[in-house]
Amino acid sequence: MRDRRHFAILALVAALTLVAAACGDDDGGGETAATGGGTAATGAVDCEADEFGCVEIAAGAPIQLASLLSISGETAFLGTDSNNGIKLAIDYLDDAFDGTNGQLLGHDVELLEEDDGCSAEGGQAGGTALAANPDIVAVIGTSCSSSALGVADTILGDKGILLFSPSNTNPGLTSEEAHQPFYARTAHNDKIQGAIVAEYAFNELGATTAATINDESPYADGLALAFRENFEALGGTITTIEQVNSADTDLGPVLTSIAEGEPDVVYGPNFNPVCALTYVQGQDILAPDTPILGSDGCLESAFLETAGDAAGPYFASSPDVTVFQDGEFYANEYLPAYQEQFGTDPTAVFNAHAFDATNVLFDAIEAVAVDDGSGNLTISRTALKDAVLATSGYEGMTGIITCTPLGDCATDVTIGIFEYPNWPVEGGEEPADAVYSDTKSLDEVI
Amino acid sequence: MGTVTQGPTRGAQLGRLERLPWRKIILVVLSVLILAVVLVGAYRTLTLPEDQAYSGTAWRNFIILGLAQGSIYALIALGYTLVYGILRMINFAHGEVFMFGAFAAFFFADAYEASGFLDRSPVASLVILLTVAMLTSMGVAVLLERVAYRPLRNAPRLVPLITAIGASFFLRETARGFFGPQTRGFGVPTALEGTWTILGIPIDRIQVLVLVTVIIAMTLLSLFISRTRTGKSMRAVAADSEIASLMGIHVDRVIVTTFAIGGLLAGVAAVLFSLTFESVNFFMGFRPGIAAFTAAVLGGIGSISGAALGGILLGLLQSLGPALILTGYDIPSPFQLKDAFTFFVLVLVLIFRPGGLLGTGDAEKV
Repeated sequence: MRDRRHFAILALVAALTLVAAACGDDDGGGETAATGGGTAATGAVDCEADEFGCVEIAAGAPIQLASLLSISGETAFLGTDSNNGIKLAIDYLDDAFDGTNGQLLGHDVELLEEDDGCSAEGGQAGGTALAANPDIVAVIGTSCSSSALGVADTILGDKGILLFSPSNTNPGLTSEEAHQPFYARTAHNDKIQGAIVAEYAFNELGATTAATINDESPYADGLALAFRENFEALGGTITTIEQVNSADTDLGPVLTSIAEGEPDVVYGPNFNPVCALTYVQGQDILAPDTPILGSDGCLESAFLETAGDAAGPYFASSPDVTVFQDGEFYANEYLPAYQEQFGTDPTAVFNAHAFDATNVLFDAIEAVAVDDGSGNLTISRTALKDAVLATSGYEGMTGIITCTPLGDCATDVTIGIFEYPNWPVEGGEEPADAVYSDTKSLDEVI
Repeated sequence: MGTVTQGPTRGAQLGRLERLPWRKIILVVLSVLILAVVLVGAYRTLTLPEDQAYSGTAWRNFIILGLAQGSIYALIALGYTLVYGILRMINFAHGEVFMFGAFAAFFFADAYEASGFLDRSPVASLVILLTVAMLTSMGVAVLLERVAYRPLRNAPRLVPLITAIGASFFLRETARGFFGPQTRGFGVPTALEGTWTILGIPIDRIQVLVLVTVIIAMTLLSLFISRTRTGKSMRAVAADSEIASLMGIHVDRVIVTTFAIGGLLAGVAAVLFSLTFESVNFFMGFRPGIAAFTAAVLGGIGSISGAALGGILLGLLQSLGPALILTGYDIPSPFQLKDAFTFFVLVLVLIFRPGGLLGTGDAEKV
């Protein structure tokens, strides 16, 4: 009796599997779009030819955009900030920051917000949820490289959904080996950041020895590696390579181990609180006045709150926002709108990159969307991705945006080094100017 | 079947083989192997060439850091072990009791730092911080017992265990909702910055404070348990709660007292921890909580001196272990294996002494 029941369940499962497999075979093609003339674009879209099909937007229905950013937890400052950049781009569709959203090709733009949790697990969960929604045109995200690398970039890419990141900087994401066809970013590649920081440490701080300490995230690991390669190429020596866990509080022993190598500088490209704890605990353990260098993950208000009155030298690198923040559009229109609409100063710099990414995406949608004449839009997924990756010489707020076939859209990047506490974030002291700044293009770095 | 037909000799041999204490043999071989790995690692680390070896200062730092961190673990571990001794349950929410104490102290420290009181009268402000943290942690612990554990007093043992995990999540997320997810800097009085030289060794002032406070707290606790009437009834309930209640001991009251004492100690640990790492956040209870639980098991759960010993051992293991043993095997970035190393030791202790170092030696199902 029991056995027979088990067999029945097994048979049912097997039958369902067959049905599911059969269904799977069917939906590769997508639907054929109707033809017709429209204001946006005319002509037929061959959705059959597109492996990933098309997104259909009925007349009057909104164009659905999604964000997959770190909007909760300790790194919420990063994702929420980028999300604000996207909202401003939607607002600016009508060429005015007036708090009322503009329209794209006669359609409203709707933003769905998912959380990337700043972790691989979060990227998996959020990416899967978004990949299951056939109406989503593209995703702006992720905040953290760990959420994208091998997780969200693959999950969304398998469905032909473009993942366009404002703040992923891990070199692996756009490397020959690991780049996913549907991935692009407006954030800088950390190869550039690592190279500029290494040059600063070697040439400006006069350091010949350095130690690195990074957590388990691909972001920190990639930066530490880029720094080490460049620092050694310049003729420097790496004394210690240490790794910690992002949840560690007690860094005493590991810093003691680093102090043994007597490095001239310590490079810790992590997130807070690890950045701030490295700084605070390093004061007592490292040789007095050893400069500690951090990255853009460290450069945020929370660091200032934790570091308190510690006095040793600390530098953080970041895309040099002063370069574009002095720009007329940013200073006179964008920033006041940000402050007015969200009631705060930007908590990170990547809202500008999110604004640019969203606008590049809007341009690409305008270029490839086909209107059937009665307001129904058809957007081919592959064509949209190709249009974004073909972006060239776009004048964005953060600079000229030209995408490489591997998805790096910020090809010339200016990285600034900011000395604590003169940081361009809420709570930082004036003047928040970079003590060093350099521009490099992707082909210059290792 | 085969052995029977092949005559008595073979059967007798097999019998002897079966009588050999395989379990013991495996354990002995395993322990010899592990000892060899540890000794070779330590030997290779200590005989590294001069330019690669750790200096005396580094070793001293490792030990002092380990002792300070370990004694904080010990204070929290006492909370686990006291409750376990009396109720035979693991209060997994104890880490959150600790976290609430830290936040209470943080709000006072923050205000005092802003007003300058912290630097002007460090002793008075430390006393206030300790009091506030102890009372808050005690309140949370007592409330926890009343709301989450008492109604389940007679339920199967798994039930309060699961409730404890649930309570832990509840408290942690509540703190996140109330206080926000970010890490805040904890003000340290200027009088505690820098070092004091003790017996010719410069030691961080905060670490001196930690060690002294922990010694005082432990002494008071052991006096309380061994000398007072309440302490005596706690021991009686731990030995056998039914008979204790027949002898006229108010068991519920003893249990509340136990939670309260665990909370008080967690409050002390919270202030010391926050001063050491100069920061607080809603997640801060999790890892020290797990570490302290490990320490309690390491020392022998239910045993008070075991918790103290376990905590200090664990602190030393975390800070000395990777440097002393893993460096010898040329393992890159040895400190990333800090936790793996620590829990490996825990597994070993449980294999060889299931009851913990100072426990009864019997395996106790948790």
